Amino acid sequence: MNFEEYKNLWVFIETFQGKPKDVGLELLNEGRRLADLTQERLCAVIIGSDVDESVAKVTAYGVDDVYVVKGKEYENYCSDSYGDAMAKLVRKFKPATILIGATHNGRDLGSKVAVTLQTGLTADCTNLDVDQETENVIWERPAFGGNLYAQILCADSRPQMGTVRAGVFKKGEPDDSRTANVIEVDIHTPQELITTKLREFIKGEEPADLKPAEANIVVAGGRGVGSKENFSIIQKLADELDGAAVGASRAAVDAGWVPHFRQVGQTGTTVTPELYIACGISGAIQHQVGMKDSATIVAINKDPDAPIFEIADYGIVGDLFKVVPELTKAIKELKAAK
Amino acid sequence: MNIIVLIKQVPDTSEIKIDPETNRLMRAGVPSIINPVDKNAIEAAVQYKEEYGGKVVVLSMGPSQAKKALKESLALGADEAYLVTDRLFGGSDTYATSYILSEAIKKIGDFDIIFAGQQAIDGDTGQTGPSTAQHLGISRLTYVVDVSLEGEDTVIVKREVEEGIEVIASKKPLLCTVTKAINKPRYATIKSILAANQAEIGEITAADLGEIDKNKIGLKGSPTRVKKTFTPDISKNGEIIAADTAEEAAEKLVDKLLAKNVL
Ligand SMILES: Cc1cc2nc3c(=O)[nH]c(=O)nc-3n(C[C@H](O)[C@H](O)[C@H](O)COP(=O)(O)OP(=O)(O)OC[C@H]3O[C@@H](n4cnc5c(N)ncnc54)[C@H](O)[C@@H]3O)c2cc1C
Ligand SMILES: Nc1ncnc2c1ncn2[C@@H]1O[C@H](COP(=O)(O)O)[C@@H](O)[C@H]1O
Repeated sequence: MNFEEYKNLWVFIETFQGKPKDVGLELLNEGRRLADLTQERLCAVIIGSDVDESVAKVTAYGVDDVYVVKGKEYENYCSDSYGDAMAKLVRKFKPATILIGATHNGRDLGSKVAVTLQTGLTADCTNLDVDQETENVIWERPAFGGNLYAQILCADSRPQMGTVRAGVFKKGEPDDSRTANVIEVDIHTPQELITTKLREFIKGEEPADLKPAEANIVVAGGRGVGSKENFSIIQKLADELDGAAVGASRAAVDAGWVPHFRQVGQTGTTVTPELYIACGISGAIQHQVGMKDSATIVAINKDPDAPIFEIADYGIVGDLFKVVPELTKAIKELKAAK
Repeated sequence: MNIIVLIKQVPDTSEIKIDPETNRLMRAGVPSIINPVDKNAIEAAVQYKEEYGGKVVVLSMGPSQAKKALKESLALGADEAYLVTDRLFGGSDTYATSYILSEAIKKIGDFDIIFAGQQAIDGDTGQTGPSTAQHLGISRLTYVVDVSLEGEDTVIVKREVEEGIEVIASKKPLLCTVTKAINKPRYATIKSILAANQAEIGEITAADLGEIDKNKIGLKGSPTRVKKTFTPDISKNGEIIAADTAEEAAEKLVDKLLAKNVL
């Protein structure tokens, strides 16, 4: 393997029905920082049948090059066709680094491409850096449910690959006046290599509410909330705060009080809002993994020894059924006074 | 025809604690369990067998204590179980692990379908299953919530993605990584546990895998390396708001958030 040949940082842009998912745009922002550190080009990779909207969007978010593979066989994600296209692209253009969003399809694609190219992949990263001397990416990820973190290197093979959780990095500001070098590559996957076929897609219920990962403020409830009906107390506080979403611990989700899309943590979403208000949540490590990087954390819990207080900026030791309605009232008054 | 299941023995991560003095993982006394979602993989295989016939063969790569997990899999309805074990396999990352598992599967013989869990709670990578399929050169479908056969050799799989459920037709053989939503694992009976305890768990070592490429296994064969591990200290010197009533606490909090420009 000739290391010198491998250059530039690629971000795989996952699309759904022709639109790029947020995680890819988040990775462009972090990718730019890393590419600057090694003075490399930042490139987006878009595979699909209908790609124009995605190309325009990544251009506005800022990239140097966009590699585009277009074809009927890429209409929907499929590991055979996408994996084949990606492996061919890598062999042709030889990137040093590939970042992929750690979605279901992203993890699927990552394993396919890494094994095909016989290279290393670090899954579900939550922090990235570059060792300036060797230009190796330092991939950081939690293990053992967040009890331990590991820094991982892929020093002897290229490209070095990693998947990164959604919501860990923030998107940049789009600017429609930006331009990018769009390279359409003529790649196709022969039909006989495609062994699985999508028959039907059953769309999940799109939550009408803001998802926790998209919100500036998250008001989250845990087992302490006690019931499905009681979650209205949490909802009312969220309603008073502009751009707030309701989140939850796994205990509240498992109890069936709120749907899974609200779950924050290791097996839910990662959030980094300006303000996170944890109500009746003990703060188990698996929950902390998903919210510890929120700018300001408030904890309301009746147990003064709850671990959530260790990572909170402000704590109120008290009964959430008393404190949360008072807080809602105080914010309402504040808004009225403004 | 064989139905293969890949399981991993893992420490029960909900019981792991960090030693506050040394900042290290305290694994002593932490029970070893079958990776929770791998029980769903076993159950999916047993249900597949009950519906369409075949023999359920469970494989696990790990040290000899993983035989306990394999015995448990027999109690849960598997027919045979093998431990893939060798000092040469130590230090394998997901690339090397999945390569070794793929070689062990080839040794077991022909198969219809392989089940694995979507991810393990210790490493949490979700890479081993699909990577094994890639080493074998077969189809794979990840995040599977339903499996059924259509005719002789088309498998219909429901697969979960963030936006909904995909219904996919695949040719056999294939590998599925399953989620918890696929089924509810059955409990072992006293009788099945006693029978499993008597069973011999076969071992598959590097020597048994004559064709294996020694450059692709163990620490040496692993493209990724752990540089260091640490337990981050994320505790903040936060402030507990002192107040006599809930109303006072709420007002003080709002003032502080205002002062910090959060509201
Ligand atoms: C593999 C794995 C993955 C996991 N993934 C996640 C995940 O993604 N997200 C997640 O959240 N968890 C996850 N967990 C579960 C996690 O370990 C905890 O069990 C869970 O977070 C606990 O939820 P909780 O804090 O709501 O409940 P509890 O731990 O029961 O805490 C409830 C808290 O409410 C307080 N309380 C009760 N009544 C009141 C009241 N009236 N007023 C004020 N406070 C009150 C109590 O003092 C207590 O601190 C995972 C676990 C495992 C093993
Ligand atoms: N050492 C192993 N032996 C057998 N199966 C494994 C092993 N490691 C992982 N697996 C399988 O791969 C799945 C995903 O594991 P991981 O990639 O570690 O998250 C598990 O749920 C198991 O089904």
